[in-house]
Amino acid sequence: MPVALSQSYYMLVRQARNLLREPIWIALLLIQPMVWLLLYSQLFKRVTELGGFGTSSYVDFFLPGVVVMNAFFAGTWAGMSMVTDLDRGVIERFLATPARRSSLVSSQLMRAALQAAIQGLILLVVGYAIGARVAAGLLGWLVILGTAMLVAAGFAGVSHGVALLTRKEATMIAVANFIGLPLMFLSTILIARAVIPGWMQTGSKFNPVDWGVRAARGPALPGTDWASVAGHLGLLTAFVAATGAFATWAFRAYQRTL
Amino acid sequence: MDAIAVEGLRKRYGQVQALDGVTFRVREGEVYGLLGPNGAGKSTTTRVCVTLTRPDEGRASVAGHDVVREAKQVRGAIGYIPQASGVDREATARENLTLQGRVQGLRGPVLTGRVDELLETFGLADAADRQVRGYSGGMKRRLDVALGLVHRPRVLFLDEPTTGLDPEARAAMWEELEHLAGRENLTILLTTHYLEEADRLADRLAIVSRGRVVVEGTAEELKRELRGEAVNVELADGRIDDARSAVAALDAVLETTVDGRTLRARVENGGRAVPGILSTLDGEGIPIASVTLARPSLDDVYLHFTGRDFRTEDGGA
Repeated sequence: MPVALSQSYYMLVRQARNLLREPIWIALLLIQPMVWLLLYSQLFKRVTELGGFGTSSYVDFFLPGVVVMNAFFAGTWAGMSMVTDLDRGVIERFLATPARRSSLVSSQLMRAALQAAIQGLILLVVGYAIGARVAAGLLGWLVILGTAMLVAAGFAGVSHGVALLTRKEATMIAVANFIGLPLMFLSTILIARAVIPGWMQTGSKFNPVDWGVRAARGPALPGTDWASVAGHLGLLTAFVAATGAFATWAFRAYQRTL
Repeated sequence: MDAIAVEGLRKRYGQVQALDGVTFRVREGEVYGLLGPNGAGKSTTTRVCVTLTRPDEGRASVAGHDVVREAKQVRGAIGYIPQASGVDREATARENLTLQGRVQGLRGPVLTGRVDELLETFGLADAADRQVRGYSGGMKRRLDVALGLVHRPRVLFLDEPTTGLDPEARAAMWEELEHLAGRENLTILLTTHYLEEADRLADRLAIVSRGRVVVEGTAEELKRELRGEAVNVELADGRIDDARSAVAALDAVLETTVDGRTLRARVENGGRAVPGILSTLDGEGIPIASVTLARPSLDDVYLHFTGRDFRTEDGGA
């Protein structure tokens, strides 16, 4: 294995171990998306009567949206662990070793992706239990989870960039809240594109959260447009590359302040 | 060959000139102490040497490699024990050591063997598989040192290794470090604001003040540079400030420092100065518990070369 890859792997093992050692966090972080999934899907059950949802089952429509929403929030908060590592001197300790700088950033993004995948799987299982079905079956589940990983990694890049530039938890919380709700509502997580105002439809085209919703919802509903799914997965991959580059640039900026 | 060669280092952070031309050399196998109060520039100097901080000006080479141009080679040759620990508190000691070994290029049985050996050496074998966040301060600090040693570095940087430890843990750490210092081929750069620590551990030391090395030598050499003797007067009551101002006014007294109830006066000749000091205190009506004469300590050396009282500059700590 090339050094850069093996180091990212060891750093990811550390991240994953710390994540799985506190399974309570995975559960606590799931409370909110669970409430959305279990209550909101019932509350808005009849909204599909408006038409344009591509299905009459709102929970079928909503489930991939919830998985993406959860991944989005997992990503926006991911930088908190970087702030902790910076505060505790963990990053500096590694910087004085031959550890690859890129592995310090990439392992953090991969951890966010892993968290989103684990939580996404739990949401899919619970969704299945309450009757939600994914039209494309197993392949559909894999596409939804893969999408969740890209969304989480992409926003983790933003979050880590901010973490490295500000190094303050308070700023992190402000940024997460500032982008959290607007990007969520400027997407089709909750409702079909056909029934939202035109300017919001336009806005959602530039929203990576909505790219994720479109990639994940495609295989969840009948009549999947695979070209559109692939296109949006491609956009998300570019988004991950761009925010990963931003986080890496922020890491260099942080190093220059030392 | 010098294990560490630092020349004319300058570094400015905003309005603060952290380093203002630091220069010193450390021979291979030597324990070298950088002594000075917080903010003197010790940590910044260390951070330049371990490739964390780029100097604005000047050069540093460690283990034969330039810290800026050959940072990678330097990082493989050094162990760095930062002031702010840097252990992963959610992981166990074994996991911390294993990851550190991996990024330093160790693999397989060599790595597991080395980790076991360090856990044993630093008295962490019983706690090896517990999360570090439950460790005592002393255990955490021993793990920090073990982390720095995992790849058998040639040069070890210890940034304030005992700051924040209780006296018992500090004494235990000093024993560990003395043991390390005895190893051949291991060069140690130690920063400290404890005079006692520098006196005990360092072969040679430099006193750092305001971003510069103000004096350098063995502890003995530095003490010898100070003429005269120290008169230590322990007071029976607490009027230490009155006592200090009265004694400082005497011609025979060169400098005064205060340590709790003890007034320390540096004088040319102890035998001649003591009667004057005693009669002055008597005249002020300040009762005395004891008087001793001593060769100057590093406290006196510090005061002499920086013109400042070590303790007050350090915020009374």
